[in-house]
Amino acid sequence: MSPTPHPRPDNGQAPADATSAKALARSPRAAFLHGVTQSLPFLVVILPFAVLFGVVATEAGLNIAQVMGFSVLVLAGASQFTAVQLLSDNAPTIVILLSALAVNLRMAMYSASLLPWLREATARQKAWVSYVLIDQTYALSIQHYERHPGLSMRQKLAYFAGTALVLCAPWMAGTWAGAALGDMIPEDIALDFALPITFLAMIAPMLRTVAHLAACFVAILAALLLAGLPSGLGLLIAAPLGMATGAIIEARTEARATRQAGQ
Amino acid sequence: MTMQASAFQIWLIIILLGIGTYLLRWSFLGALGNRELPGWVMRMLRYTPVSVLPALVAPLVVWPAATNGETDPSRIAAAAATVAVGVMTKNVMLSIVAGAITLFGMLYVLG
Repeated sequence: MSPTPHPRPDNGQAPADATSAKALARSPRAAFLHGVTQSLPFLVVILPFAVLFGVVATEAGLNIAQVMGFSVLVLAGASQFTAVQLLSDNAPTIVILLSALAVNLRMAMYSASLLPWLREATARQKAWVSYVLIDQTYALSIQHYERHPGLSMRQKLAYFAGTALVLCAPWMAGTWAGAALGDMIPEDIALDFALPITFLAMIAPMLRTVAHLAACFVAILAALLLAGLPSGLGLLIAAPLGMATGAIIEARTEARATRQAGQ
Repeated sequence: MTMQASAFQIWLIIILLGIGTYLLRWSFLGALGNRELPGWVMRMLRYTPVSVLPALVAPLVVWPAATNGETDPSRIAAAAATVAVGVMTKNVMLSIVAGAITLFGMLYVLG
């Protein structure tokens, strides 16, 4: 599942191509700046999303300290929105926690996939990487590491730090701006629908395979059928049903592919 | 519906969610180290976002709180526009904009 890196000893061996040569020659400072530059385009999504969280959470009734508490201590957009939505539905604390954590389960997958590349980092460095391990820092860094397997630990960490600075600091700043702005937005604007629209926009690009579509479909169907249950409970049943559907279909597709390859 | 949670409950959620999320991120880099997850667990994990988020959103689309749970054509149309643009363009911002325009346009037209 996770990539196996081939750490290349620094013995003057020629890198595969010119881009790789350039990446391997970077000082940690240059690697950091490279991470910064490559993360900049993602701000187009992260900043408005952060402002939106600030606005929605404030409208839901959180004060600015609580809104910032979410963005600094949790630092995971989708789960923050989930928690705020369930809070305004007055769902029980345990249901809110389980649902929001379920949204973040994928982070364990990121952690597992980064491990082969960052195994030699110190415990302190790993602790720090974990704090800023979000969808975009993960996606950028894993692509970078896989593309240039010979990077030194300092280059890898510096690149990661560059992505983290550009992607995480604006998340917090944007949230703060949104919370400040939230107080000024008139009550009658249909902001209730900001969260559904944002989530739907995030889901749509994920529907890459039949298994993803089936997981999504089953989760929706179950959630609608179970909507009568106490708030949040339907979600806790519907989501695992969707996940199991996706996993089963994926396993079947793989088995079929193996059978065909065997013939 | 107005939020009834106390300040204590809100902070409890923020802190526990923060700790839990951090532990998920740190899990393999820190405590679990080299342990391999069974294949079926990895499979289930792959489908968490695509299951949890739709399950959370679906009831909000069909029975919006703002209309006291009455199905609202404007909101259904906005949801459909968001998904359609998202599937076609794979662009998150673009589909949010499409959804917002549809929602406010429909609300304006239908009064």
